[in-house]
Amino acid sequence: MAEYHDLIVVGGGPAGLAAACAAWEKGVKDILILERDKELGGILNQCIHNGFGLTYFKEELTGPEYAGRFIRMLYDTGVTVRTDTMVLDISPDRRVQAVNTHDGFLDLKAGAIVLAMGCRERTRGAIGIPGDRPAGVLTAGAAQRYLNIEGYMVGKRVVILGSGDIGLIMARRMTLEGAKVLACVEVMPYSGGLNRNIVQCLNDFDIPLYLSHTITDIVGKHGRVEKVVVSAVDENRAPIPGTEMEFDCDTVLLSVGLIPENELSRTAGIEISPRTNGPVVFENMETSLPGVFAAGNVVHVHDLVDFVTAESQRAGRAAADYLAGRSVSGEADLELVCGDRVNYTVPRKLRLANIDKAVGVFFRVNKVMEAGTIRVTDATGAEVAAFRREHLAPGEMEQIQLPKVLLEKTAGPITISVEEAKEE
Amino acid sequence: MIRKMICITCPRGCHLEVDTETLAVRGNRCPKGEQYGKTEVTDPRRVLTSTVRLEGVPGACRLPVKTAAPIPKGMLFAAMDALNGVTVTAPVAVGQVVLSDIAGTGVDLVACKQF
Repeated sequence: MAEYHDLIVVGGGPAGLAAACAAWEKGVKDILILERDKELGGILNQCIHNGFGLTYFKEELTGPEYAGRFIRMLYDTGVTVRTDTMVLDISPDRRVQAVNTHDGFLDLKAGAIVLAMGCRERTRGAIGIPGDRPAGVLTAGAAQRYLNIEGYMVGKRVVILGSGDIGLIMARRMTLEGAKVLACVEVMPYSGGLNRNIVQCLNDFDIPLYLSHTITDIVGKHGRVEKVVVSAVDENRAPIPGTEMEFDCDTVLLSVGLIPENELSRTAGIEISPRTNGPVVFENMETSLPGVFAAGNVVHVHDLVDFVTAESQRAGRAAADYLAGRSVSGEADLELVCGDRVNYTVPRKLRLANIDKAVGVFFRVNKVMEAGTIRVTDATGAEVAAFRREHLAPGEMEQIQLPKVLLEKTAGPITISVEEAKEE
Repeated sequence: MIRKMICITCPRGCHLEVDTETLAVRGNRCPKGEQYGKTEVTDPRRVLTSTVRLEGVPGACRLPVKTAAPIPKGMLFAAMDALNGVTVTAPVAVGQVVLSDIAGTGVDLVACKQF
């Protein structure tokens, strides 16, 4: 006989914590969080730098502090937590199979599920860097864990590939700990990280950022990285012969993107968006499986944990509504379509009955723009709403609020596009 | 002289232009940006985050720490040297001072996690 819980939350990072707390506040009193690490907090525990919580707490916190506040909030509830517990399978009828060394095999059944598994780093294999296979090539997040949690220094002379936020943060962190960071190399003509991190992690320490460059060879004949070759790339991201630079280094850190971790979602048969690699979600973060919700980096990769928290609270409250029979499941009234310059939208499907006054839509643009106008148009091309923005960049997630009154008058599907302001 | 910089107070990252003589700030979209621009040309400061040795907790060996306020940018490495010698034994609470007046900056180093 399976052990039943009203709500099972898969993952105890910022998304899982916020979802569980929000569901508890909305009246769900039987909640279980399953976390595979030995403690709650997720990746925030290794993000010891500050800059978290400016939106949510209106102050600047470190990762462990941000996580700590939610863990405390959780302790004030009756939410049950099982750490060191790995979820093996989720079935469409919301059976959850998990395993740990205390209980052994766990056969669980849930009234509703929130998926909050977060994301994983892309590795060397995912981007296919040519060269030797020596030790010393690791993802920035792995290095961050070694350094900040385990207390190991991972290298002395470092080249960072990719300018994602974790790579930038690690450039500063390694420098402060006494390493020499020789360069940060980015294949795109713009950085994938936040501006503020370019300033306080690279510029502060005179670490050069090579845009439109990539690593074309890793050399390490004796077991450890000895040097890397960096080349400029053309507009098609192909290396340009004759532009090679060599860096003598013992370590290469990769910060080349994050992928939502959806093995469990896929085997459960949940529809996955090829644009985000995360579940396609409705306005209330419900996936294609009724009663199964998803939030945070498992849906789409966020820049700021504050937005993960907000999104996960939405999912937690929606799970509570679902359990109480207060929400509508089933087909969408309106679908959201990506127009010009828009890479994806979350949510992608809307059911008006579940929207209170307005629905927040997250999206990313695919080009850096000085200024632009976000246009929301209906099936006939008529404008439903427009939002002006000063600075738009792929590294910075955008958010708009679509009022229900406008959506009710709209003949779907709705297209969201961005028109770049013409230079004067 | 006009110095161009990007404000790091929040993720928005406003592009500022600061007059180093009059301390006039342009390009900021909030009062925090003006303050940042002024401090950045007169006395640039950063919050330092790192870890110190932790004892008395099975399965954990590092305690995350931060300076309770920004310290002068030029003092970052001196502060790293100072915190290198610190060992904290559990129990420890968030906000607990683990090293006072780090490297003579007048700012305390505090714990960021409870153990």
